[in-house]
Amino acid sequence: MSSSPVSPEGAEPPAPVIRNRRWMPRLVWVVPIAAAVIGISLLIRNWQSEGPEISISFLSGEGVQVGKTLVKYRDVAVGRVTSVELSENHETVVVRANLSKDAAALLKSDTQFWIVRPRIGVGSVSGLSTLLSGVYIGMKTGIDARRERHFTGLENPPALAHGPQGRELQLHAARAGSLNVGAPVYFRQFQVGRVIDENLSTDGSTRVTLFVDAPYDKFVKPVSRFWNASGIDVKLGADGLDVQTESLAAVIAGGVAFDDGPLEASGTGAAMPAEFALYKNETEAMAPPDGEPRYLRMRFKQALRGLDVGAPVEFVGVNIGSVVAVDLGYEQSNKSFPVVVTAKVYPRRMGLAYEMLTAQGTTESEETMAVFVGTLVNRGLRAQPHSASLLTGKLYISLDFQPADGRTAFDSSLRPLELPTVNGTFQELEANIGRLVNKVNALPLQQIASDLHTDLNDLHETLNELRSGVLPNATQTLSALHRTLDAANRTLDVESPLQRGLDETLSQTRSTLQAVRELAEYLDRHPEALLRGRRPQKVMEKP
Amino acid sequence: MTALRQSFELGLVLCRTCGLALPRTSLQGDPRCRRCRSPIEHRASFSMEMTLAWLIAGMLLYIPANVLPVMHTNGLLGEEDSTILGGILEFWRAGDWDIALLIFTASVAVPFTKFIAIALLLVTVRWHSRWQQHQRTTLYRIVEFIGYWSMLDVIVVAITSALMQFSALGTAEPRAGIAFFCAVVVATMASAMSFDPRLIWDRHT
Repeated sequence: MSSSPVSPEGAEPPAPVIRNRRWMPRLVWVVPIAAAVIGISLLIRNWQSEGPEISISFLSGEGVQVGKTLVKYRDVAVGRVTSVELSENHETVVVRANLSKDAAALLKSDTQFWIVRPRIGVGSVSGLSTLLSGVYIGMKTGIDARRERHFTGLENPPALAHGPQGRELQLHAARAGSLNVGAPVYFRQFQVGRVIDENLSTDGSTRVTLFVDAPYDKFVKPVSRFWNASGIDVKLGADGLDVQTESLAAVIAGGVAFDDGPLEASGTGAAMPAEFALYKNETEAMAPPDGEPRYLRMRFKQALRGLDVGAPVEFVGVNIGSVVAVDLGYEQSNKSFPVVVTAKVYPRRMGLAYEMLTAQGTTESEETMAVFVGTLVNRGLRAQPHSASLLTGKLYISLDFQPADGRTAFDSSLRPLELPTVNGTFQELEANIGRLVNKVNALPLQQIASDLHTDLNDLHETLNELRSGVLPNATQTLSALHRTLDAANRTLDVESPLQRGLDETLSQTRSTLQAVRELAEYLDRHPEALLRGRRPQKVMEKP
Repeated sequence: MTALRQSFELGLVLCRTCGLALPRTSLQGDPRCRRCRSPIEHRASFSMEMTLAWLIAGMLLYIPANVLPVMHTNGLLGEEDSTILGGILEFWRAGDWDIALLIFTASVAVPFTKFIAIALLLVTVRWHSRWQQHQRTTLYRIVEFIGYWSMLDVIVVAITSALMQFSALGTAEPRAGIAFFCAVVVATMASAMSFDPRLIWDRHT
């Protein structure tokens, strides 16, 4: 506004020349236009990058701060918490967060959220960075196609954060031992995965879910056997002490190990089972399948001190089961107290014989077992307690054929089956030892001792005689010998006259022999010289 | 006030650079100050227009300056983008009301005062108002003076960014907002400088 002012006096004001010679000031409008353009473009960009708002409900909002707590996917911030409030029924905490636009695609209906707090376990330490920076909300995308904006947060972080490649396996076990979520999974003492879930199923057995990481999941085969690798396995065998453990972490935190099962069980075409069994230890895992156990009862007419529950039952030296109960029975007929031993045996462990029997069309049942045992008993099978170790006095039951024993009635209708028994030999051993001791007692030890005494006295006298009579003479003889040897030494010395004379004699002999050899050679060449005498020597011409 | 005679009536023109009063005839030909050789004008040409343009630019830029973060800090306690208003609120909540007040004065009160003051000057001059001419001139001087102090925020961010570079322990980086804020200060200063305070005194009949 540069309108020229008018002078109040009305004097002739020579109107100042206002010249628009400069157009530059008009350019100043570029500035607000540019500012407006920048502002609008920022607005548009902001509006474009505006991501979705999600709500997650947690049981507790501990540590979540409005405007500070981040939502992270693969440890990269993708959003920020905008509000934390109680749900309408006051039972959960609803956390609202603004996510960036590119994170919108991660929001599936099965996307998981959890609050990351520091966790310190034996096997692993995680979330330590949150000690200083405060918690953040972890996120794991799902696979469902449906989109979702409202989620229920997990109370514990999922064991597998970001869907690594691999295989998930179900194991079932009677008891989980000391397994924990996150416990390592070993294949030949190399960690290949971890336990991701563990729960008690409705039937009371434990279900353990493992995850085996990608390059190693091919080691999981239908024949794989899984066992609990917790703890230390100490074995004292014929080849010394053998301590086996997967790792120190496994000792403390527990772990699962697996390996290929015995070869005979392998079949390449076999499908992967839905569930694997989790065995107690490697030995058990690697044992061939035992099948159903059968129960046998044995009545022993002798005291069985040292026979414990769990004592092995051996068939021709092969362990086929164990004792499950030792009870005292009473027989009315002869008013005796037999020891009734109940044993659990695995007929499969008897090997080929049992397999052949079961293969003969008969199915595996109590009846088959009865027939099988009946056959064996008729051939002389008897149960007999044996001493496992003289030191501990522990007993085991041995099933063996006793040819001398006569036929015994076998009632195949009894359940459990009753095996005829033979008394143990460990008592005979005791009797033998007793007899041995008696014999030792009967020995005339006194007599022997006195005889020995007189003999020793005689020996003493003989030695005395030797010392007084023989030894001085021997000393004299030895000194005489010494002198003789001295003389001989002198005689044989290089400087001795004899030696010198001998030297001379020898050199003379050498020249004599030289002369004889020349004569002989001469005679060889001139035999006629014998008759004609020696001719004057010709000078030898050398070539 | 009416007793005062204006330079125009006295046939004089003022050099705004060195303050020399020149005869009006100097405007003929090459209008330059006799003493300092800077261009002279009876009234700054396009003063109102340029002031208005810079004012609008400043106001527009003030929006992103407040919306966008001015600083990004990354430290042991996590990373954070802070805006000017957010920072003021944080200080206020933390009990440092004095610092909050200082930042508020420098980054909110001062720019707003400038916007309002310049707008007021523009409107009154446009309407040829003869209201409070003296105070309005004082207001203009104040606006011109406080212009420099608005750079406080920019300096704080610049110094913090330069000093806080401990990689793992903590770093601070300036963000776009502070550039916009700087532009606001520049625009308002330019706006104030474009304004010719002599216009306040012009009498229009």
